[in-house]
Formats: sequence, structure tokens, C-alpha cells
Amino acid sequence: MAYQIVDKCVNCTACEMVCPNDAISADVNQFNIDPLLCTECAEAFADPQCTSICPVEGAILDELGEAVNPPGSLTGIIPLVAA
Amino acid sequence: MKLPVLDNDTSLATSEGCQSSGCGSSDDSLTHLPEEIRNKVANHPCFSEKAHHYFARMHVAVAPACNIQCNYCNRKYDCSNESRPGVVSEVLTPAQAVKKVKAVAAEIPQMSVLGIAGPGDPLANPQKTFETFRRLSDEAPDIKLCVSTNGLNLPASVEEICKHNIDHVTITINCLDPKIGAKIYPWIYWDHRRIRGEEAAAILIEQQQKGLEMLVERGVLVKVNSVLIPGVNDQHLKEVSRVVKEKGAFLHNVMPLIAEAEHGTYYGLTGQREPTAAEVEEIQNSCSGDMNMMRHCRQCRADAVGLLGEDRGEEFTLDKIEAMEIDYPAAMEKRAQVHQEILEKLDADSGAAVQPQVPAASRPVRMAVATKGQGLINQHFGHAREFLVYEASPEGVRFVNHRTLPRPYCEGGDTCGEDAESLMAIVIRELQDCEVLLASRVGFEPWSALEEAGIQPNGEHALEGIEEAILAVYQKMQAEGQLQAKQPSLQTA
Repeated sequence: MAYQIVDKCVNCTACEMVCPNDAISADVNQFNIDPLLCTECAEAFADPQCTSICPVEGAILDELGEAVNPPGSLTGIIPLVAA
Repeated sequence: MKLPVLDNDTSLATSEGCQSSGCGSSDDSLTHLPEEIRNKVANHPCFSEKAHHYFARMHVAVAPACNIQCNYCNRKYDCSNESRPGVVSEVLTPAQAVKKVKAVAAEIPQMSVLGIAGPGDPLANPQKTFETFRRLSDEAPDIKLCVSTNGLNLPASVEEICKHNIDHVTITINCLDPKIGAKIYPWIYWDHRRIRGEEAAAILIEQQQKGLEMLVERGVLVKVNSVLIPGVNDQHLKEVSRVVKEKGAFLHNVMPLIAEAEHGTYYGLTGQREPTAAEVEEIQNSCSGDMNMMRHCRQCRADAVGLLGEDRGEEFTLDKIEAMEIDYPAAMEKRAQVHQEILEKLDADSGAAVQPQVPAASRPVRMAVATKGQGLINQHFGHAREFLVYEASPEGVRFVNHRTLPRPYCEGGDTCGEDAESLMAIVIRELQDCEVLLASRVGFEPWSALEEAGIQPNGEHALEGIEEAILAVYQKMQAEGQLQAKQPSLQTA
């Protein structure tokens, strides 16, 4: 059970600061989540912390590869308009 | 010729009438403030309109994370060629930032202020922000430290702010009403949750107000920034101004929304319009009865360097700084001397005010000025990226605001040609309320175009002080009988 950051990441460092497990670190072009350390914040918080502060839609995927914050969910910009 | 420089902050004796109790009675907005506060802002280009002609500032981008989303912001902040808040070329570590500040302060001795303004929220990055401040207060103790914030983490940060001797804080407060806030802020991150809608706005507003009160209680100077969003908070900002003044904010800066589709923001992409310069001025005037208003803000980048109207960031990239050889103690001495000279000049100027020699019924006249600092008319028309607009009236000369061009009329040697005509149309539209344009020099072609548009170019006052020159032109207009008649009909390009 672990989340994954993809290349939409803008390197804002917010997730790294709020992760309770120190599972997130900077890589060359984006941040990464260590799947061995990530617990999706189960038992620690009601909501996973990285996905609660990440400002970029589609930057964090769940274990099924689905965006935890899908397009339009954070900015209100509907994908058709953004495209 | 000496003159009273009516400061925009207190006096508004315009054709719209006087809206401030200090109308016409003061030559400097700051004179009613305690000396201690005047000394604090005398060399701060953002807190004092006078200082901004002489003193430089810089921002270091050490704070990339944010704890809220604003509809005028796109968190993809990495951009080298736009000039607006929230964008930067490179994010720095505190160590890199300290190095950069010391290099800039050595190369630009007019530098007096270091601010941390993003590209996220400085107080959402407390370790990086405060480490930078802590090291700078040790290594460059003469530089004033400044921070700006959305306010969400402000109450929790006040102790730390005071510990680091940061005596200027800017809070962006766009509203006091959560219903309005919900239209500006889609979410906040608070107490380990993402909170949306009015609930989010209510928490943010509460923290901003609490933070403002706590800072004022501790004697920290607070400036409040508000983004003017037509149809969203325009009618509400007067109330914001009244309340923040009541709570002890020192200065209110109403700035126009920037909302271009290509910036990728919610407002940009959904067609929210930007206010016109006239709308911004109207709101500033309506707030000014209650509050000192800042009118010279350039809405600079989170890594801007130099005087407010310029950005010399390109000269100070990390690799360029690495190659510089700097004698820091000598630079600090030089800085002290340069600052002292500027302050003495400002002091001498402010003590020498007289009324212009024109009949009291003379109509006010607006004039545009091309300047590159030092309070002088020292910029060629073709090289100006912006013009400062002043208004002369029987009460004196006051600063109105600045007008920005997409690029100078003559960029480089050979680009005056093709685009010149369309750029001239922009100049004429931007300056449609002005009757005179003062520059160190105006070329033949733009001269004719300006004259045809009813804006009299004037190169006779090159290298003179801005206010002195404006007063001289105003008195000459009076002598020629131009101030009795109604203003000639405005050119609407």
C-alpha cells in the first residue's frame, strides 16, 4: 500500500514537509515516495498528508494508478478549459 | 524651485474632491507618524513611495511550498520571463540565498531590503525561511528583513518573526467575508486536512486577522496587500481597508488582479477580467479616507532584484555569483555611506515645501515621467518600460501610479521599426489621462505621435528632479493660460 508521485510534480516540497513517515524525498526532476515507508498515512491521520497538500492535479497516484486528486478537483479548472 | 510634494498617502485634492482629512496640509504622508516608524520605513522602497526612487530591494526564492490555493495563482511557478508575483527562475537553498543576498548587496549599494515572498508561502516553509533570516541577520545586519504571507500560518509564526528582528510583514488579505473568500480560495491545508469552500475561507480570514493583531501588538509594521478582483471583492475592499487600519496595519496596497489565460490560473482560464488602471485608482481613492495607500507597487517576482521598476535578477544567477570576487566588509561600509547620502537628500527635500504659484481654481494636470531612479527625469522615452504618472494641482504634486509597457518603444537598435506603431497605440492608451510626457529625450517620430494624441512631449527638463520639473511645467501652463479652461477632451485610443 503506497502512493506514487509522477512527473507532473512541480517540486514544491510541500508533501515532503508533511509526510509523517519521511517517505518522500527529492530526486532529479521530481519528488519520490519510498514505497517501503509509505503507509498512505493509515492510522496516523484521517487523510493521507501528501495528497491533502499537493497543489497539482494528477501528480500523486494511488496503488491502482489512479490520480488521487483528479483534474479539476483542486483548481476548479475543468479539463476541457485547461486543454 | 521648491514645491510641496503631496503624498498620495494622505492628500487627494483632485477634481473628484478631497477624501482625506490630511488634504493639502502635508508635504509627506509619513510626517504624522511617530519618528520611530518614519525611521523604519525611510529606506524601504515598498513602504515609502519616496524611498522607491532610490533604494533597491530583492526577494530570495527559498519558500516553494504553499498551504492554500488562490484562484489567481498557478503553482507551476518556474518561469524566467514573466514579471508577476509567484514566479521564479530557480528555487534556492538558504545557503545559496544568503550568498546571493550578500553578492547583490555588494554590487548594488542602494539595496536596503531583503524579502522572502515565495514562490509559495514563506511561513509554510518555516525552516528555510527562518534559517535564511537568521543567517542574514548575522552576516548582513544592515539589511532590513521582510516577509510576506497569506496569513494562514501567521499566528503560529509571530514569535519566530519577532525573534529574527523582522520588522516588516506583508499579509495578503483579499476579504473579511467567507462567502467572498470561497470565490478566491478553493482550498486550504489546515490541521492535516484539505478544507474547501466557506469553511476554508473562514479559517484563513480568522488566522489573517489574528496574525495582524498579534504583530501590531508586538510593534511589527504590517502592510496589507489586497488583489482587486472585479465582481468578486471590488466593493468589499473599502471595508477591508477600514478594518485593517483599525487593527493597526500601517499601509494598504490594492493591486490589480493579473489574469492572463497563458498563465494557466483559474481566473486566467475562466475569463475573469482584470481591472483597468482607472478602476484600481478609484478603489485606492475610496479606501484612502481610511488608510495610507501604497500606489507604487510593481507586483514583482518572488526573485526580483533591484529598484522596484527594474529586475536585475539575470545578473545574479548562481553561476554568476560564484564567479564574483567580493570584499564584504568594504561593501557594507560603502552601503552605509550610500544609504546615508540618500537619506540626507530625502530629508533635505522633504523640508522644503511651498505652494505652487497658481490660482487656487487652476485645474489639475496629469503628467507622465520616464525615469530610471534617483527621483530624476533621466530616461529616454524609447527606453522606458514604464512611466510614472503624477498630478499637479494648486496643492502641489502627487504621485498617482505607474503605467507599464509590454516592452520599450526602442528595444535594442533595430526593433523600433515594425512594432513601433502598435506600441505607440499602447503608450497613448495607457497615458490617455496625461497631458504632458517628460523624458530625458523623445525621438522625432514618437514626438509627433504623442503630440497628435494630445500628450505634449517635453525633453527640456532632462536630469532635473521629477517634482521640480512637473511644477515648472505646471506653472508654465498657468502662465500660458492653459489651466483655466476645462481639460481638453481625452484621447481614447
